[in-house]
Amino acid sequence: MRLLRLVPDDTKFDFMRFRHISFPLSAVMSILAIVLYFSHGLNFGIDFVGGTLIEVQSKAGPADLSRMRTQLNGLNFGDVQLQQFGAPSDVLIRIPQQPGGEDAQQQAVAKVRATLGDAVDYRRVEVVGPRISTELLSYGTLGLMLAIIGILIYLWFRFEWQFALGAMIANIHDIVLTIGFMSLLQLDFDLSSIAALLTILGYSLNDTVVIYDRIREMLRRYKRMPTPELINIAINATLSRSIITHVTVTLALLSLLIFGGPTIHSFTAAMTFGAVLVGTYTSIFIASPLLIYLGVGLGREREAREEAAAAASAKAAPAKT
Amino acid sequence: MYITRWKTLGILLTTLVVCFFVVPNFLPEKVVQSWPKWAQRQIVLGLDLQGGSHILLEVDTNTVRKEKVESLRDDVRRVVRDNRLGSPAAAVVRGNSVEFRAREGVDRTLALTKLRELSQPLGGILSATGQRNVDVVDAGGGLIRLTPTEPALVERIRQSIEQSIQIVERRVNELGTVEPSIQRQGIDRVLVQVPGLQDPSRLKELLGKTAKLSFRMVDQTTPADQAVQSGRVPPESEILYGTKTEGKTPYLIERRVLVSGEDLTDAQPGFDQRNGEPIVTFRFNNNGARRFAQVTQENVGRPFAIVLDNEVISAPVIREPILGGSGQISGSFTVQGANDLAILLRAGALPAPLTIIEERTVGPGLGQDSIEKGIRASWIGSVMVSVFMIATYGLFGVIATVAVTINVVMIMGILSLFGATLTLPGIAGIVLTVGMAVDSNVLIYERVREEVRSGRSAISSLDAGFTRALATIIDSNTTTFIAAAVLFFVGSGAVRGFALTLGIGIITTVFTAFTLTRLMVAAWFKLFRPKTIPI
Repeated sequence: MRLLRLVPDDTKFDFMRFRHISFPLSAVMSILAIVLYFSHGLNFGIDFVGGTLIEVQSKAGPADLSRMRTQLNGLNFGDVQLQQFGAPSDVLIRIPQQPGGEDAQQQAVAKVRATLGDAVDYRRVEVVGPRISTELLSYGTLGLMLAIIGILIYLWFRFEWQFALGAMIANIHDIVLTIGFMSLLQLDFDLSSIAALLTILGYSLNDTVVIYDRIREMLRRYKRMPTPELINIAINATLSRSIITHVTVTLALLSLLIFGGPTIHSFTAAMTFGAVLVGTYTSIFIASPLLIYLGVGLGREREAREEAAAAASAKAAPAKT
Repeated sequence: MYITRWKTLGILLTTLVVCFFVVPNFLPEKVVQSWPKWAQRQIVLGLDLQGGSHILLEVDTNTVRKEKVESLRDDVRRVVRDNRLGSPAAAVVRGNSVEFRAREGVDRTLALTKLRELSQPLGGILSATGQRNVDVVDAGGGLIRLTPTEPALVERIRQSIEQSIQIVERRVNELGTVEPSIQRQGIDRVLVQVPGLQDPSRLKELLGKTAKLSFRMVDQTTPADQAVQSGRVPPESEILYGTKTEGKTPYLIERRVLVSGEDLTDAQPGFDQRNGEPIVTFRFNNNGARRFAQVTQENVGRPFAIVLDNEVISAPVIREPILGGSGQISGSFTVQGANDLAILLRAGALPAPLTIIEERTVGPGLGQDSIEKGIRASWIGSVMVSVFMIATYGLFGVIATVAVTINVVMIMGILSLFGATLTLPGIAGIVLTVGMAVDSNVLIYERVREEVRSGRSAISSLDAGFTRALATIIDSNTTTFIAAAVLFFVGSGAVRGFALTLGIGIITTVFTAFTLTRLMVAAWFKLFRPKTIPI
């Protein structure tokens, strides 16, 4: 049986040359993402802004969205959003946070139940009060920062500081792009989005670390090789692994995205974008070439020169006497 | 590639034991129950999968603080009255303190000394902290200011929350649901989780009531309507309104509590024998019975009020002394209303009101859908990854597939072992682990291939490939593990479930890469002694 070969042996792509394209590209994308974030904003879910989310299923076939909308608008909750969710009989209702503290949110749910009555099944009711939403947002942000710092410290211990810094810049790049993506598609940004961002972070780093590991190994072995060439060889050597793992993770994520149901759709969509589309690109085209600018291997080249000079003078010295 | 016999045995045994813990999840309950306790552990399905209600309550600590100050004011008034220091009404609450100005001509030092007696060492006389429960300060100009100290308030809040948890437990247990869980969360919160509860309205109703019951006299010196209109309310009375079913009529009720709900020993719903209306019958303890008898004896012909959470349930006229220590409350209840009131009275009053600050309820239909979709996504994802691995690596792909399968079984085993909760994002974490776990195999295989190409022999390529790849596997998995650990500690609910499976998945992935994959490759090598490696 002939085995599948996605990447031929001994590839010699000059990945370092692409940095003249990839760096400007990433810069433009990041700026676009930031502009998107400030112009469109994120579609914050109730976890972070409070409010009520109700998923109902019409008992009699497809739901009559416009009728439900009129009914609910009569309750004066402000900007109530209705959206078909998965099957035609399923509707997701979002009610913004009601003024009047924690109890007001509970009263809103009671009113919706009274209005829609028994014509629907209440599949999911989530009410997040003002206090919890503020906390969740600050915990989420804190968690994201803690994770970045924790990983940075770990990399600093295991590698040199340049690697840690390079990985961190690459990381922030991934997060910025994913947030831009979520803003563009107006995906729900809730607690599970923080989970998605953290997973993207972990996965993208996972990829970066594999390449960094190889670069470090080669830095020790080939003292005189110029850094860009060395990084090129390291990326080429790990390319087959990068692609194969990329495919397996993509397969797993796609099956979640397609078959996992609407409840975790936002979560898996963000993860698929971040891990599959951005993660591997970042490791190869951003995180690795960054090392050149951060001065990886400079000391080593000087060392090599000094060694060579020392050897030369040692050779020269006995000649004199 | 040589692995000692003992090591092999250890690896296989560990794997088997961990995998064994999965078994109870797939057997009927009857079979599992006959097993020893340690083997019965099972995975708990999260509320998002089995359906149910998650309600987070916050204890109103401001009320606790306010009540503490008010009870201090009552103490001050008692001291003032007992020692003739002035008018008790001169002691007033101002902010977080009680202020009292002694009458002209009263010895101020005596007033100060007597009021200082209210300040007691915190935690009884035996405590060595030197902290006291009240600060007494001479504010000058004859004004004495008494303030409950922060440690005393904190202690009171702690007690209130513990008490609240007990009472919430009693109320929830009355609902008769299966395995409700009530936990303290943070400093002032209580998390109630009730699996299988589809409509939590009744639960919320039960939890939303403080249920402070009191029996008090109706003040008949002024008609209630007149007091409401003129706004002139006698100082010893207050205006309270009837319940909604009662039509919100105003009553003028004396502040003094004759008998309170604390003196109840039992309450049961029932029906009035005369008109068949739902009622609640109750029974007092000795103390309550004696006081109730005395009050009803003295006040025959006058109305008294049954007040629940500052609402008048009913205000009947005392027709005859009630001496038996039991009575009944009729207040145009529905059957459910009478039942709920009986539950609330039996469970006791909350020391402070509870506010619902978060609610997440999932119906059984959505839960079932989520389980089905999660399982389907897991199967499809796993099969696709396996097919791809086998297509890429052939025999070694089969080894990777076996390793990943065992990996997933071990994740489930560990979840069972700890009785951990599996949520929908948790299932996503397992699927993601499948995709990422094969990475360790990929890393090993690719490294082995490189070694083969550099001209090493089969056995030394395998050896070098494994050794070199393992360092990378540790490094790359640690980063994801850090992310999962952070998520576990800052996340809550379903997201925590994701962090859990992802984190456990990383540990099992590293374990299988180091042990099982190696074992399988070594066994294959020993059996066939190949000259070349088919990857």
